[in-house]
Amino acid sequence: MGFDMSAIHLKDLNIFYGDTQVVHDVTLDVAAGESFALVGESGSGKSTILKAIMGLAPDWTGAIEVDGKPRSHGPDRAFSRQCQMVFQDPYGSLHPRKTIDATLAEPLLIHGLKNRDARVVELLGEVGLDARFRFRFPHQLSGGQRQRVAIARALALEPRFLLLDEPTSALDVSIQAEILNLLKRLRKERGLTYLMVTHNLPVVAFMCDRLAVMRHGRIEEIASAEALKTGALATPYARELYRLSNPEETAEEQP
Amino acid sequence: MSPKTTGLSAWLTDDAPASRAQANLGRAYDIFRRLCRNPLAALGMAILLVLVICAAFAPWIAPYSPIGQDLPNRLLPPSAAHWMGTDELGRDIFSRVVHGARLTLLIVGLVAVISAPVGLILGAVSGYFGGWVDRILMGITDIFLSLPKLILALAFVAALGPGIENAIIAIAITAWPPYARLARAETLTFRAAEFVQAARLAGGSHARVIGLHILPLCTSSTIIRVTLDMAGIILTAAGLGFLGLGAQPPLPEWGAMISRGRAFILDQWWVATMPGFAIIVVSLGFCFLGDGLRDVLDPKSGDKA
Amino acid sequence: MSLLDIQNLTVTFPTPRGPVNVVDGVSLTLGQERLGIVGESGSGKSMTGRAILGLVRPPGVVKADRMAFEGQELQGLSDRAMRKIRGARISMVMQDPKFSLNPVMTVGRQIEEALRTHESLPRRALKARVAEMLEAVRIHDPERVMDLYPHEVSGGMGQRIMIAMMLIPRPRILIADEPTSALDVSVQGQVLDLIDELVRENGMGLMLVSHDLHLVGRYCDRVMVMNAGRVVEVLDAKNLHAAQHPYTKGLLAAVPRMNETRAELPTLDRSQWAST
Ligand SMILES: Nc1ncnc2c1ncn2[C@@H]1O[C@H](COP(=O)(O)OP(=O)(O)O)[C@@H](O)[C@H]1O
Ligand SMILES: Nc1ncnc2c1ncn2[C@@H]1O[C@H](COP(=O)(O)OP(=O)(O)O)[C@@H](O)[C@H]1O
Ligand SMILES: [Mg+2]
Ligand SMILES: [Mg+2]
Repeated sequence: MGFDMSAIHLKDLNIFYGDTQVVHDVTLDVAAGESFALVGESGSGKSTILKAIMGLAPDWTGAIEVDGKPRSHGPDRAFSRQCQMVFQDPYGSLHPRKTIDATLAEPLLIHGLKNRDARVVELLGEVGLDARFRFRFPHQLSGGQRQRVAIARALALEPRFLLLDEPTSALDVSIQAEILNLLKRLRKERGLTYLMVTHNLPVVAFMCDRLAVMRHGRIEEIASAEALKTGALATPYARELYRLSNPEETAEEQP
Repeated sequence: MSPKTTGLSAWLTDDAPASRAQANLGRAYDIFRRLCRNPLAALGMAILLVLVICAAFAPWIAPYSPIGQDLPNRLLPPSAAHWMGTDELGRDIFSRVVHGARLTLLIVGLVAVISAPVGLILGAVSGYFGGWVDRILMGITDIFLSLPKLILALAFVAALGPGIENAIIAIAITAWPPYARLARAETLTFRAAEFVQAARLAGGSHARVIGLHILPLCTSSTIIRVTLDMAGIILTAAGLGFLGLGAQPPLPEWGAMISRGRAFILDQWWVATMPGFAIIVVSLGFCFLGDGLRDVLDPKSGDKA
Repeated sequence: MSLLDIQNLTVTFPTPRGPVNVVDGVSLTLGQERLGIVGESGSGKSMTGRAILGLVRPPGVVKADRMAFEGQELQGLSDRAMRKIRGARISMVMQDPKFSLNPVMTVGRQIEEALRTHESLPRRALKARVAEMLEAVRIHDPERVMDLYPHEVSGGMGQRIMIAMMLIPRPRILIADEPTSALDVSVQGQVLDLIDELVRENGMGLMLVSHDLHLVGRYCDRVMVMNAGRVVEVLDAKNLHAAQHPYTKGLLAAVPRMNETRAELPTLDRSQWAST
């Protein structure tokens, strides 16, 4: 196999909010089937890149191609079946007045897909949620359960690409482990391509094949997960991040 | 672990509802239960229930015809035969007040049905799109808001001609701007929410996002506001009736009845007082219910216990 | 003598399904040391901290056999007496500085207020103390920062300002409730190092609440593991990796490592210690 074909291709991407430019000259390629991480401190423009790909940050220049097709500057129906996004905050990403059933059926309804009832049950099963959650409201679910619903919603249209914006940073470590396992399993079963934002390097080591380290809206370095695991990073900033997020090592350094 | 409640209540409060209908009914039941726990809201509901019953069964409740004149028995004080006395044409005031409930309900109902959706949609569209759409729509809203309601309603009735239909239209025209403001403010808080973005990313159109995702979140505050405004609407309608621009005789509209009773206010106090009393009680009923709804529906002020 | 001595603390909330003990018979003592409290969210960590400060709101009910600060029983103290202790003697740093700082008051004023309610000082001395404190939390240009409003400072700086505010009355105990969960890794380390240093220099007691075992292990002397309102076990931080209880082991194993080779992360088998 090998990651030869570029599935997500960004070239000289500059993204603006009004007059301020928050992403500068970002170029990167994610191969089909790959899991690619964007890491860096908050405010470095990671979420903004995902939003630009999805069409939620419409003010950009450069090139964005997904699966060989250039992206428009807004969300569009055809693209939504190809690529979906999971947001960071499991408390903000589900409509508070809609049952889980309504949330999961919505994308199916928009695209006029058949067998909605069966699909909703199937989706719940796939993300490891019991069918009795189906007609509950979000406030009756825990954070981890909500994030599972958000993942199920993203999978409803059977996209081949998932953009994940810090999917576990609002969750406990014990719940994080469950969600990471789920994401890993889904990728394997469905051959998904992930572009995942996180600020947690060990999560990258567990989940991803490659990573891009971002700072102030620019990519500092692109490295492989192997390089990350051994700390063989090229730039000083990336090495600093590595040092700060390696608890075992720092613990030993302590007097 | 929990004491099992039985029957319908258990079905409604089930933690894991088995169908969409059960989930939604469960939510409605929860709201109803919490309303009942608030004594003032329960009183408000009781008053409005009486109003609805009066309106629905007016011919059976009222002992006399609301328009049948009986000149020998004019201006009788309250008695066993005429609970609220009779007016200057010998009509039984109690019967007229009971029949007037229909008009009152018609007026507040129609005004709410016309103005609330108009306000909601304008406000939500304005807040959702922002930019020049927002500036234009809110400009119009502000013009309406800056004029006193009763004066504006008067102007419209004067232009359209007196009559109950025109009064309803005039009141509705003056009632929507606050709802538009409210809906816009609420929309601004949800516009950038992730669940709205997720709906867009699923391929949903702007109309769908506004209609199915944003509006349902603005409705509870609008329902609260409309309920609280009902008192004002009733008073405006009564005001128009009092000025002779609303319901026309012999319709038993409460405001018009007060207006007729004005001539006898010192000697035959009941003619003006009885419909006035009805107006106050119903207005208070709406206020109590609105207050209770606010505690129950508004997640910011009410606790979720 | 220990700074804090708590025996059999219980916090109860009424729910539609009957009363629930969200903190259930917790006992702990705290000396001039750093005690970590870990557990999943909802395990009652914050509630324990709030109960100590008398901040549990009705309908919550706090009961304890003993809850003593420097030998003085805290239960039954008047609101006034409690306010004197809270802030001045025991301080708490909350998770998100955005919700704990007053948005319409400058940072400098807020820190001054925190000091003034506990100590009366002349204006000039007040200012000097505030500047000194801001420097202690490694804000290098205190004069400028004092005039900023909370929305004008970054998350990490906001948290440092919170810490300055909490430490300026020189309390004996600092309760830090997930002080860095809202911050980046790079800033997290700085803030925790800072708390650590200030606590050690001043001989204070620290209660560090977190859901991250590794982090607590790194910054504390002892670790108390909580689940469903109960203490699962208390360990020396040094021996954290030799934890015996399956819940603690489960929490430790669930964290991904930098040199990760596992294909799947072990997850907690909740059925085993789900609260009854
Ligand atoms: N809607 C917006 N309008 C204006 N600026 C924004 C908006 N969203 C994000 N920003 C700014 O863009 C920069 C990058 O933000 P973001 O992509 O969210 O960072 P990250 O996800 O890496 O934490 C930040 O400085 C942030 O303040
Ligand atoms: N007002 C309340 N009514 C009922 N239960 C509450 C209330 N406040 C908190 N709880 C419950 O107390 C438990 C412990 O909460 P908390 O101490 O905040 O947990 P932690 O800080 O460990 O995440 C939670 O299960 C929570 O649901
Ligand atoms: Mg982000
Ligand atoms: Mg907590």
